[in-house]
This record gives sequence, C-alpha cells and structure tokens, in this order.
Amino acid sequence: MVRFLIGALSLITSALAQTPAADPAAKIAALEAAVAAAQTSGDNAWMLTSSALVLMMTGPGLALFYSGLVRRKNVLGTMMQSFILMAVVTVLWAIAGYSLAFGESSPFIGDLRYLMLNGVGAEANTDYAVTIPQQTFMVFQLMFAIITPGLICGAYAERMKFSGMVLFSSLWLLLVYCPMAHMVWGKGGMFNAFLGGSIPAFDFAGGTVVHITSGVSALVTALYLKPRKGYGSEPMKPHSLVLSFIGACLLWVGWFGFNAGSALGAGSLATSAFVATHFGAAAAAIGWLLIEKLMSGKPSVLGGISGAVAGLVAITPASGFVKPMPALIIGFSAGIVCYLMCAVVKHKFGYDDSLDAFGVHGIGGTLGAIMTGVFATNEVNSALKDAAGNPAKLGLVDGNGGQILNQIYATGAAWILAIVGTLIILKVVDIIVGVRASEDDERAGLDQSMHGEEGYILES
Amino acid sequence: MKKIEAVIQPFKLEEVKEALKSIGVDGITVTEVRGHGRQKGHKEVYRGQEYMVDLLPKVKLEIVIADGRLDEVIKTVVNAARTGKIGDGKLFVYDVVDAIRIRNDDRGESVL
Repeated sequence: MVRFLIGALSLITSALAQTPAADPAAKIAALEAAVAAAQTSGDNAWMLTSSALVLMMTGPGLALFYSGLVRRKNVLGTMMQSFILMAVVTVLWAIAGYSLAFGESSPFIGDLRYLMLNGVGAEANTDYAVTIPQQTFMVFQLMFAIITPGLICGAYAERMKFSGMVLFSSLWLLLVYCPMAHMVWGKGGMFNAFLGGSIPAFDFAGGTVVHITSGVSALVTALYLKPRKGYGSEPMKPHSLVLSFIGACLLWVGWFGFNAGSALGAGSLATSAFVATHFGAAAAAIGWLLIEKLMSGKPSVLGGISGAVAGLVAITPASGFVKPMPALIIGFSAGIVCYLMCAVVKHKFGYDDSLDAFGVHGIGGTLGAIMTGVFATNEVNSALKDAAGNPAKLGLVDGNGGQILNQIYATGAAWILAIVGTLIILKVVDIIVGVRASEDDERAGLDQSMHGEEGYILES
Repeated sequence: MKKIEAVIQPFKLEEVKEALKSIGVDGITVTEVRGHGRQKGHKEVYRGQEYMVDLLPKVKLEIVIADGRLDEVIKTVVNAARTGKIGDGKLFVYDVVDAIRIRNDDRGESVL
C-alpha cells in the first residue's frame, strides 16, 4: 500500500514537473494520465498474479489432487493429463481459442477477428476490461481454458488412451468450452448479462462455463468408456492422499486467482469475491465432514478436502455477486449435496466416475449457478444498470426472483452443450485414434504403457 | 543348522534386534510383510467406498542358527516379541541344508 502511494505520488510529481509554465488544463490532463497509469499498474499486477495462480491450479494443483487418488501405477499418467493441457491448450488458444470465445458477431460463438491473437496487445479491450492490456485478459482467460478440460480427466482416469485424450480435449476446447465461454462472457453472448445477452445470466468466474460443462462431460465420458476393469471387485484405493491433500490446498489458494481475478481489477469487487470464495470453501469442508461423520462414522481427510473443493466449485459463479454470509450457506449446501452425490448416489447408479468429476463439478456447479440467482445482490456488484441508470436488481434477495429462471436456462444450455458435444467428439475420436486403453495397457498401468515410466522407483 | 522365521509386530522389531544382539546373534534378515492369523482387520472408507483391510503390516525375521543355540534363540525372540495380545505373530523352524559365505566360499556352521 505504501509502495503504491509512493509510486502514484512520484508519477504525479513527475507529470507535474513535465508541464510547461502554469497551464491548468495541461496539468489536469497529465494528472489524469498518471492516475490512470497507477490504476492500470495495480489492476495489471493483480491480474497477472491471478493468471499465475490459476495456472498453478492445474499444475501442480489438479495434477496432485487427481494423481493422489488413483492407483500407484497411474500416478504419472494422471499428472501428464493435466500437464499436456498446459501445453496444448495454450497453442490452440493462441491460434483460435481466444477468438472463438471472445470475438464478436454471434450470440453463440466468437468470430475470427483475434485469430493468431491479431490485435491482442497492450491496448485495453474496453468491452471486457478497461484498465488492463487485452493481452493480460487473454492470458488470464487462457488459464481457465487450460484447467476446464483437465477436470474431465477425473471421469476417465486410469483407462483413457493418451493420444485419444489429447485429441478429445483439443476438440472439446474448441467445440464445447469456447462456445459456452462466448455465450456467458463474450460480447453479444446469449447469456451475457453485461454485454447484451438476450437471457442475462450471472456467472462470475465459471460455474456454467467451467464446472457444469466439464462435470457433465465427465459423466458422459464415464458412461461411454465404461468402468475400469475390476471396478466393484478389485480394490481401487487412493495411493497417496498426501499428494491429494497438497493438491487440494493448492487448488484452494489458487482459486483466489480464479474467482477474485474474475473481477478483472484489484478493487473492492476482487476483495468481495476473494472473501466469498474463502468462506464458501470453509463452510463446505465443514458440511462434508459433518455429514460424513454422521453417515460413515469417521470424518476423513479425503472428505475434508473434497468438501472444500465442492464449496469452491459452487461459489465460483456466485463469488462476485453474493455477500459473505450467503457464501457460507452456498458452501455448506455444496458440502452436503456433493457428499451425497459422491458417496451415495453414484454407487446406486454404478457408473465409474473415478474421481467424482461429475459429483463435484457437475452437481456443485449446477447448485452454485442456481443459488447465484437467489443470493446475487447489487450491494456487492453494481456494474449492471437498469434503464434509469441505477444499479439493477440482481437476484431474489434484491427482489428479482426471476433471475433464478435465467440461471436455470444458462445451466440447461451448459448441460445440453456438454452432453451433445461430448458424445459427438467421443465418437469421432474413437474412430480416429481410439479413446479407451487396451486391457493389457490398463492392467500394466498408464505410466508404463503410455509413457514408459514408473512413478516411484524406491530401490533406485 | 536351523532357520527361524518369525512374523512379529512391527513395533517389536527394535526390541527383538537388541535382544538378539545381546546374546551374540549377528546374522538377521528383515522383510516388511502383510498378513494375519486370527487377528481381525479394520475398515477404511474413501468417499463412501468401504474396504475391509485384513492384511495387516507385520515384520518377518529370518535367522539361521547352529543346532546347539536353537532353543536359546527361540526363547530370546519370543520373549522380546510377546505382548500377550492376539496379533503377536508366530515363529517357525526349518532345517537348513548348508550355509556358504559369499566373500570367501567358507561352508558350514562356522559361517553363522
């Protein structure tokens, strides 16, 4: 804070020192420029930090969280699934992904104006973020595009062919993620409440765009691939909850970049989203642990970290719209609901969503997206204006209960896009390279069969 | 020569090793194993998925000893490893046909 003031002061002083004689208009212009520069530097610093935090959520956050939950013979293969996305999605995003998500001209998908990041440089794109370079906005959004297909890995863990996984994720990024991102966050997107959407929905940091799309796609993938060999008869215990614990904590901390960074600036909205995020995680961990103790006798570490992640998922769409106390309610509900989904409902249906991607992200995201319609308030976020120019009523607590319906529409669109898109892509990829590892490869473990490596060579 | 195989509780290993050292027995091989006799296991739960873990961690010691010292070594190991509760383990005795020192080809009881 002190450094910021000193920085601002020195900018202002040097601006003043540069003006000739005592010309007030020129002085004011110089001062305004200095203030804008100071604002930009604060916002850009936070946004670049947030981008780094979100990337950390994938590597090593998600990589550790997921790989700790699989059997030892698949630890590297699972990490590789997160890692390869850090590389491949980046290139695809640069070439076309950013444009398809954040271009204009259609309610459903962006155009190609930003192909090869044409025009995406130091100048701000004032539709999206006024005070930061568009390049910052692009790279921040890239980190979301990286982690979203990574979440689906939880459903096909331990049995997906590597080449199939890369092709599947690439197509999924372009055909499911980019359209959904455009519809909710892109200019003119159908559900974009802030930029001309015909069905305005509130999704601050990606409840629909990230969690519902990936979570529902995860369910489709789990059903398509069918269970792991030996599922239900052979033990499939997490080989290292130590790794999962570390990964989960990195996810919690990284999520501050995910949600508070979605404020696209370093002001009080970022603070509000930061607080809501943290409170959601905390309440959800408690919720899951409580119901787990009641239903299975002991509160577990896996339960605690799963609860926290479920809360973070649920608070994601709400984070920049709700007050702290409702954030506790949203989190606590997610802890309870997602526990029931993962520990009870999944076993009743018998599908092998190995790491509960659907149970946590699909269901948690759906719950959070709808509860956003309940608790969103202009006391937290006054960016949306009504016809008279006043802050618009947001959710039920503001007296706009109809918002819940819009949230359901956006949620429904995410579900449908995920189901249809994923089914088509799976079929295409299966024909081209195949999606499921052979039985021999699966038995040997992906580390050895896909990558020629062993995760732990303790006698070395 | 006889070989003693003793499956004992892991937390008793230090005590047994010290006891053997104190009667001058130097040769011992230790492996970490899992197993059970009549001892019951325990339940683990991972996100609602229950597992019965009935193979419990134990430690197996192998000691080859001259016939004349057999009873002394058995008594030493058993006394050091005993807690009196189920799960203490078991000790088995086998005949050994020969023993060879790899360093210099020596054979027989003298290499023990």
